Amino acid sequence: MALFARTPVAPLEYSRTLWMRLWVGAVMVFLYAPLVVLMIFSFNDSKRNVVWRGFTTKYYEKALGNDQLVEALINSLTIAAFATLASLVLGTLAAVMLWRFRFPWKGAIDGTISLPIIVPEICLGVAFLMFFAAVGWPTDLVWPFNLGAITIAHITFCFPFVTMVVRSRLASFNREQEEAAKDLGASEAQVFRDVLVPHIKPALVAGALLAFTLSLDDFVITYFTSGPDTITFPVKVYSMVRFSVTPEVNAASTLLIILTVILTFIALKAQGVKAIAETH
Amino acid sequence: MTEPAKPIIQIQNVSKRFGKVTAVDNVSLDINAGEFFVLLGPSGCGKTTLLRMIAGFELPTEGRILIDGQDMAGIPPNKRPVNMVFQSYAVFPHMSVADNVAYGLKIAGVKGGEIKDRVAEALELVKLGGFGERMPDQMSGGQRQRVALARSLVMRPKVLLLDEPLSALDAKLRAQMQFELSELQEKVGITFVTVTHDQDEALSMACRIGVINKGEVAQLATPSDLYEYPANRFVADFVGSVNIFEGKLTLDEPDKAAVDCPGVGKIYLNHGVTGPHGADVWIALRPEKIYLHVPGEGKAVKAAAQDAPDGYNFARGKIKGMSYLGDITLFEIELDGGARIRVSRPNLSRHDQEDFTWDDRVSMHWRADSPVVLLG
Repeated sequence: MALFARTPVAPLEYSRTLWMRLWVGAVMVFLYAPLVVLMIFSFNDSKRNVVWRGFTTKYYEKALGNDQLVEALINSLTIAAFATLASLVLGTLAAVMLWRFRFPWKGAIDGTISLPIIVPEICLGVAFLMFFAAVGWPTDLVWPFNLGAITIAHITFCFPFVTMVVRSRLASFNREQEEAAKDLGASEAQVFRDVLVPHIKPALVAGALLAFTLSLDDFVITYFTSGPDTITFPVKVYSMVRFSVTPEVNAASTLLIILTVILTFIALKAQGVKAIAETH
Repeated sequence: MTEPAKPIIQIQNVSKRFGKVTAVDNVSLDINAGEFFVLLGPSGCGKTTLLRMIAGFELPTEGRILIDGQDMAGIPPNKRPVNMVFQSYAVFPHMSVADNVAYGLKIAGVKGGEIKDRVAEALELVKLGGFGERMPDQMSGGQRQRVALARSLVMRPKVLLLDEPLSALDAKLRAQMQFELSELQEKVGITFVTVTHDQDEALSMACRIGVINKGEVAQLATPSDLYEYPANRFVADFVGSVNIFEGKLTLDEPDKAAVDCPGVGKIYLNHGVTGPHGADVWIALRPEKIYLHVPGEGKAVKAAAQDAPDGYNFARGKIKGMSYLGDITLFEIELDGGARIRVSRPNLSRHDQEDFTWDDRVSMHWRADSPVVLLG
């Protein structure tokens, strides 16, 4: 213990106690070891990818040269972009409505708005499959309109998350600011633009990030709503894995992880990490 | 002022009910142009609701409000010629100080160059010149309040409404801001309407005070009239410290009156009260208007006899409590008649507080113009 205890550990200095350090270390390994293994094996010079056979980057070239995979990635990013945009607008409006107004059936609407979060994804997937079949949703549209069905499905489960995050941020809004703006001559729209939106901006960024990542890596619901021409990245990876787990899959996954990390980093940087932390 | 005071705000028979709760009950009052008007009352008395109705954030259930002769019914807050300083100041946290102050002007479509000049002028007025680039979170509470003031004043409103403007400041700063607000009001000449529950604040700043109790106007008067001539027990008790005794009116003539207060004694006044003879009334006597004497020398009796008949306006008792406050000492005295009375005594010299102590017997007197007879 002499190694740690140069100055005595204060009662609340948990980060300096041995058992806490061990526990945190264990959690980190549990969470991140699989990801690290995945990344390392993307450089494995082996077709079967079970044992390490030497370093190579050829699977990255292969992954980026795989037209189907790249097409799937572009599809995924397109869907995620549209779904995020729509979820952001819908989710924010829903949050503001539930926060600001009193109206009949408010409780019921409040409850059902988060239903897509609660309902098992598999049920939602089946429901969408049936729904699009029942309404006769066209499957032969040109890109990007052929992604419409998937995008709609993604908006359904993404926007409640935006609503939740924005609502929690709205709870801390000082209504006197709204009144002050009106008092200074602002209309409802100007109040929304100049006072409310700046206040919920961190929540909008957080909500957009949530929606984007949820949409990007969704498999179950997408699987049920995608057609032969509308393969997304996770669905494509799944079909590749069904043949064999080659380092190409690892490489593709690593690229996706890096992309997500970069996006998150940019968003945090743009907003200031503190502002994001405030939302939670 | 040579011309007669002109009302800028007319509140006519205004009531406001929230469900079954009546927040404001048939209030009528005029606020004159250029005056510093204070709405004073305990929390929950409806004073803030009244202010918010002037601003347009609440609508009267009954009655009407006129600003500069124009009926405000149907006119939303953003179209009224009044501006408000909020209790929380409500400074926009994401805008710089200058942008905060400029906000209303931008909405009004004032040109950029003029905005710059007027913002600088307003910031100078509230002694925040050079703070324009700061963000609100870099400023203290007192400075944020000045930003809120500048933001409203820059609009050149006909009336500036202030909701508990000093409640969030510490005692020293509050005293300073009281002076500054009065000074500012005189300088800009805009009508100020302030809401407060703090009587010191009201007395020090106001031209006139409207005391509100349970949604009704309890009294409308200048600060000194309010303190010296309270209209009822509520006002006497709420504004300042006071002793209130129940009694019977035994004499009531144009130039004199007498009240018999069991437990205290006989009280004589050098003016009439026009109340029914033998009626139950209340006597209000301020602690600082009672003189303490050492008993036995007949000083109290002699002093009382100067402007009252024998046997009136003096009492004897025993000191039951004392609190030394530096500038004054407060005494709680149990009178021989049984009543308790509070007396304050200025410490005119350094040794004054040694004159009396617990359980000392004392006598006291008051002048014939000090007691106030209250009928309600």
